[in-house]
Amino acid sequence: MISNKILKNVFLAFLLSFVLSACATQTKKVDSQMQGDVYTGTDTVEYLASGVPDRVFFATNESVLTTASRDTLRKQAAWLRKNSDITIVLEGHADERGTREYNLALGERRANAAKDYLMTYGISSDRISVISYGKERPVDSGSNPLAWSKNRRSVSVKAN
Amino acid sequence: MKKNLFFILFFLLNINNAYSLIEVDITRGNLNPLPIAVSPLFSDSDTKQELKNETNISKLGEKISEVVENNLRRTGLFNPLEKNAFLQNPDVAHLKPRFEDWKLIKAQALITGQVKFVDEKLRVEFRLWDVLAAKELMALAFTTVPENWRRVGHIISDKIYERLTGEKGYFDTRIIYVAEQGPKTKRIKKLAIMDQDSVNTKYLTLGNELVLTPRFNPTNQMVTYLSYFKNLPRVYLLDIETGIQEVVGDFPGMTFAPRFSPDGKKIIMSFAKDGNSDIYTMNLENRIVNRITNHPSIDTSPSYSPDGKFITFNSDRSGFQQIYVMKSDGSNVKRISFGKGLYGTPVWSPRGDLIAFTKLHKGKFYIGVMRTDGSGERLLTENYYQEAPSWSPNGRVLIFYRETKSNSEGKGFSAKLWSIDLTGYNERQVPTETDGSDPSWSSLLSN
Repeated sequence: MISNKILKNVFLAFLLSFVLSACATQTKKVDSQMQGDVYTGTDTVEYLASGVPDRVFFATNESVLTTASRDTLRKQAAWLRKNSDITIVLEGHADERGTREYNLALGERRANAAKDYLMTYGISSDRISVISYGKERPVDSGSNPLAWSKNRRSVSVKAN
Repeated sequence: MKKNLFFILFFLLNINNAYSLIEVDITRGNLNPLPIAVSPLFSDSDTKQELKNETNISKLGEKISEVVENNLRRTGLFNPLEKNAFLQNPDVAHLKPRFEDWKLIKAQALITGQVKFVDEKLRVEFRLWDVLAAKELMALAFTTVPENWRRVGHIISDKIYERLTGEKGYFDTRIIYVAEQGPKTKRIKKLAIMDQDSVNTKYLTLGNELVLTPRFNPTNQMVTYLSYFKNLPRVYLLDIETGIQEVVGDFPGMTFAPRFSPDGKKIIMSFAKDGNSDIYTMNLENRIVNRITNHPSIDTSPSYSPDGKFITFNSDRSGFQQIYVMKSDGSNVKRISFGKGLYGTPVWSPRGDLIAFTKLHKGKFYIGVMRTDGSGERLLTENYYQEAPSWSPNGRVLIFYRETKSNSEGKGFSAKLWSIDLTGYNERQVPTETDGSDPSWSSLLSN
């Protein structure tokens, strides 16, 4: 049985440690708070100063600034020009209907679209940093087109 | 604290000249799982007592058999038979099975074994029998420290799987993933690692910063992942034996989507700057960084072919997210996905012949595979949301994560790990202590 069938002894040694120390859904429905699939409401918007909204919204898979977004960013630029000591972080976000890694890149692209626009209105790039959260930090946790539209955003946050 | 483990493989018997009538057809999935009898590993009463003193487990032999039985059942290729029907006692069967008794309960294969306690070490021997041919197919013995008993079960499972299917097993492996807790808007994420059978979960980070997409080095116990440490999203390298971690490279912006090269010597990842993401590699030995793609589109989720000669990635250079293949120096870029919808997260199979991917079409997410030229697309599973497939080391099984829809109040959301056979059969949830996502399968630990 076992003993008379030995061909060879194989010695395997291995060391190892167990203890460790250690967006893309289409919507044709025109919601009162959406135009196309871009959010136009104000539920989630906060203000950097009176009359200066902190965020802009995007269409699914897009990083193009809408007319309303450009208007918001011009207000931000005017406020930043008046308060030249203030620096900001642009936080880019995506909705939950995309793969995680692509959404990280998309959030970065959206925040940079906002940054580029601020720069054309005279804000120095030294005063603007950018971070993407991809789909990791939604403001609305619902799984519906309106919630997703609120989450596709770039938010300007005071950094100092 | 470290425990160095020691396995001694004693007998490697005439497995090459034993012709088997048993053939497990792994190309068809679980249509006809092979009936297999796992007779519990027996031990005499003195051994039982000694092992109980040592491990606090009273029926260690039976526990090891359960590990084996559960592993085999989860493959969908085997049907472990009900033990109550067994006619022969485990000790007698291990010496010489009465094959007619096992035939009677329709077993085609039989596993028997014995557990001993010798010189403070656990010694486990087992035999695999072909019931219809009335033959021994394999007999092996392992010696290790008693705390290692689960791994013995996994290694036995690998040997049996390999003997009966002709392919390497995937049981003595671990899964690294992101453990998730809390509401979607304030999700807490930690790196976690567990055995492939969901046991021995350990948390590698505390949850103070967001962590994403851990991936194993195929050659050792290093992991690469994305961490938002100090609010700077960067690719990190973590040694899971020592807990030491370091940032990969010195990039002036977000690095993400990391993966190791097949030889484990490079990390390939995306670097995002000024709204553009391109693919870079960093050689871990000499720290040299190479830019692989240079295109104003988003290029991300890179994955090497097992020979290291090609890279697959996704890009929206066509206007939408699609899968591409290029030479590893970045030349000869070719789009390979042409079906309807968006395609992402391509991962090259360790066998080299297929690329697994996530597809989004008409509001549904699919996990699928295609040949490396894009032909032969096959969708394995459809769901509300799922993505990020990772291959078992033998290229037979994909593990991925799936999220459920939440209602308008944000309730009902969950993220869970799932696995599915390459054939599209045997879809099952992989249990985790908390919610989980971004799974990555290790190589075989005992190669």
